[in-house]
Amino acid sequence: MFATVLKRFLEALAVLFVILTVTFFMLRAVPGGPFSREKDIPEATLKQLEAYYGLDQPVYIQYLDYLGNLLQGDLGPTFVYQGWTVNEIIASKLPVSLELGALALGIALTLGIGIGVLAAWQPGKLTDNLPMSLAMIGICLPTFVLGPLLILVFALDLQWVNVMGWNLPQDRILPALTLGLFYAAYIARLTRSSMLDVRSEDYLRTARAKGVSALRTYLVHGLRNGITPVVSYLGPAAAGLISGSFVVETIFGIPGIGQFFVQAAIDNDYQMVCGLVLFYASLIIVFNLLSDILLVWLNPKRRKA
Amino acid sequence: MFSPASLLSTLCCLATLLLAGCGDRVTPVEKANQEGILLVGNGADPKALDPQLTTGLVEFKILTALFEGLTLANPETAEPEPGTAERWESNHDASVYTFYLRKDAKWSNGDPVTAHDFVFSYERILSPAYAAEYASMLFPIKGAREFNSGELKDFSQVGVKALDDHTLELSLVGPMPHFPTLLGHNAYFPVHPPTILAHGTMTDRHTGWSKPGQLVSNGPFTLTDWNLRQHVFLSKNPHYWDAEHVRLNGITFLPIAQNTEERAFRAGQIHITDSVPMSKRERYQQEDSPYLRMEPSLATYFYIFNTRKPPFDDPRVRRAFSMAIDRQAIIDTVTRGGEAPAYSIVPPATNAYNAPDSPIHEDVTAARKLMAEAGYPEGKGFPAIELLYNTSESHRPIAEAIQEMWQQHLGVSVELVNQSWPVYLDRRKSGDYAVARAGWFGDFNDASTFLTMWTGDSGLNHTGWSNPEFDRLILQAEQTGDPAKRQQVLREAELIFLDETPIMPIYFYNRIYLIRPEVKGWYPNILDDHPYKYIWLDASHE
Repeated sequence: MFATVLKRFLEALAVLFVILTVTFFMLRAVPGGPFSREKDIPEATLKQLEAYYGLDQPVYIQYLDYLGNLLQGDLGPTFVYQGWTVNEIIASKLPVSLELGALALGIALTLGIGIGVLAAWQPGKLTDNLPMSLAMIGICLPTFVLGPLLILVFALDLQWVNVMGWNLPQDRILPALTLGLFYAAYIARLTRSSMLDVRSEDYLRTARAKGVSALRTYLVHGLRNGITPVVSYLGPAAAGLISGSFVVETIFGIPGIGQFFVQAAIDNDYQMVCGLVLFYASLIIVFNLLSDILLVWLNPKRRKA
Repeated sequence: MFSPASLLSTLCCLATLLLAGCGDRVTPVEKANQEGILLVGNGADPKALDPQLTTGLVEFKILTALFEGLTLANPETAEPEPGTAERWESNHDASVYTFYLRKDAKWSNGDPVTAHDFVFSYERILSPAYAAEYASMLFPIKGAREFNSGELKDFSQVGVKALDDHTLELSLVGPMPHFPTLLGHNAYFPVHPPTILAHGTMTDRHTGWSKPGQLVSNGPFTLTDWNLRQHVFLSKNPHYWDAEHVRLNGITFLPIAQNTEERAFRAGQIHITDSVPMSKRERYQQEDSPYLRMEPSLATYFYIFNTRKPPFDDPRVRRAFSMAIDRQAIIDTVTRGGEAPAYSIVPPATNAYNAPDSPIHEDVTAARKLMAEAGYPEGKGFPAIELLYNTSESHRPIAEAIQEMWQQHLGVSVELVNQSWPVYLDRRKSGDYAVARAGWFGDFNDASTFLTMWTGDSGLNHTGWSNPEFDRLILQAEQTGDPAKRQQVLREAELIFLDETPIMPIYFYNRIYLIRPEVKGWYPNILDDHPYKYIWLDASHE
């Protein structure tokens, strides 16, 4: 087990290194630097500005400098927000993204597994068809439609909550639902099909033959095996949820990391893009690793593999 | 029996209860009205709160509340009034100004604001090492341009002198009767030298001096909190010289994106928003909304032609393109903001300016004739060209309308190309375009801010067009002390510019915004400058 984790860790480092290198050089290939302005900046001023941020150096020197700072945990200053560093921004916005992601994940798992289990209980009946049709709509309905729809009903018409912001506890409800429902729908479908497979397994029949009730067999013995695909999906889902959705953050005016990522790419904010790409990549790798470990724990058969 | 179905219905009930529990709420605006706090939708985060580094309107709005320059714009007329300087005088040809600072002007930490602070500030913004993008705003000051480029090393040679603690003398390169209007711009605001030096050297760009708890300012408000993507919160500055007349207790600037901001206004979360999406403007107008305001702004929306390359090196083609569009139709069906169609570059509302009769007009028949003369009858033989614009919800539909008009009236086909802002600017600056969208917001209320940018050596002129007579007139205007004569010279220059049509004016911007009725002391003005010290909230008539 330890050897596997170590191997995965070393692989992860190599992957991160490649991602960073490609991002670093691609950014510099984009026309228009981080200091493109419509107003006329004197050539000398532009040179000074580039020198201040080390952009007057050859690209490979910039790259080595970046790696050097990175080893000390320094992601550098942003080129857009004067006085702020990339570290500061990630540190101050991560809690918001974590909270939103965790809430959405909670909603996604509770609703998704619940609906999936319910649907597979009596396949083809109303308890299957109705929730599954809803789940299909959930998958098809993009967040930029669902978000404003929820706002229209609960914030503008009923006036129960604010349309935007992240100050009061109830400000969390609509964004977490918007972000969570899509994943819930997907998880419901995964759970359902996996539960259907599991129902025909021999070990469930054995349990029934020994006199365990149908519901207990289904929920206790079946579920443990049935959620395996959900757990494999958990890695990318959790990373996706925590890195926040740019769309949901924009619609609800939430101060998370997602907005910075997109805006930094538009602004050619090299340091910010590199820092966030590294951060997201690490997040995805870590969550995938965690979900793999969880899978092994859930299914003893895999331990030997 | 605990079934999956009952679990599901319980969850649904819980969620509904949770939402319903939030009923009977007090909206953020209602709460802010009681607390005397103005909630401003500001569209984006400020890129800095150092007044000497910023160039945008988002920052300007916050900085005018935090800092105060020598002069202050009158809330109704935008004319310069005494700010940190209680009075000023100029010599006979308006080329040397003496400002007398208020003895009671103080920084937010209680230190007095002195003439030496201004000298320090102006040296800072002009220092080459500091690389301030708006240093050029100070170039009317004698020696400023040379010091900024590094030609002049000694700042005492620059025309900025503290005659004593409270007297500042600014010597200009030439006569400039409108100079006091420039001083309300954030590039001319002072910064607190001890605070700057406590966080680094004078010319260090990236220090934490402008963070909450560190920033010291001299305006009616002081920085209490700045959280990116969340808010900038300012509270009343008790040390401000005119604090007794400041009626707001605080201002919150919210960095919200377009549609969200308009929804936030409707839901009572902000007092003011500039975000009125084109698609919603008609509805507000039809409903005769008491919140909607549409007022002329000192800004022009236009397209630029690349005159270095065919086909737009031929003025006849440029004129034909400019004549073949229907500006009013664009305003009525696309922008829907009640803007005025533009046939010139200087907006009609510009102070003291008497616009010339524009040679640009709409005439499809004449446009077709010009195209035929230029060798493209009915658009035959016309090369494939691109129309470049920066990616935006508002530029695209305008470009589509114009593309259609050119196709229909001139028989030419134009391909639309949208690019992100930095790429778009890069292509404009390097001349890699045929037609490109552009817009200009006046930095101060004078025709020169729309005209000096078109000289042959101007870095803002991306058209490749130049005309020695135009350049000569601009130079002449810069050296003319008599205001009326100067306006006449600028008028002649504009006429030459319009006649050669290196640009195609489309409309003069309107400032379109939503404001709640309890915001008092807010006057329309073309520079969009609303000194917060004069604003207050009164919800008593609600």
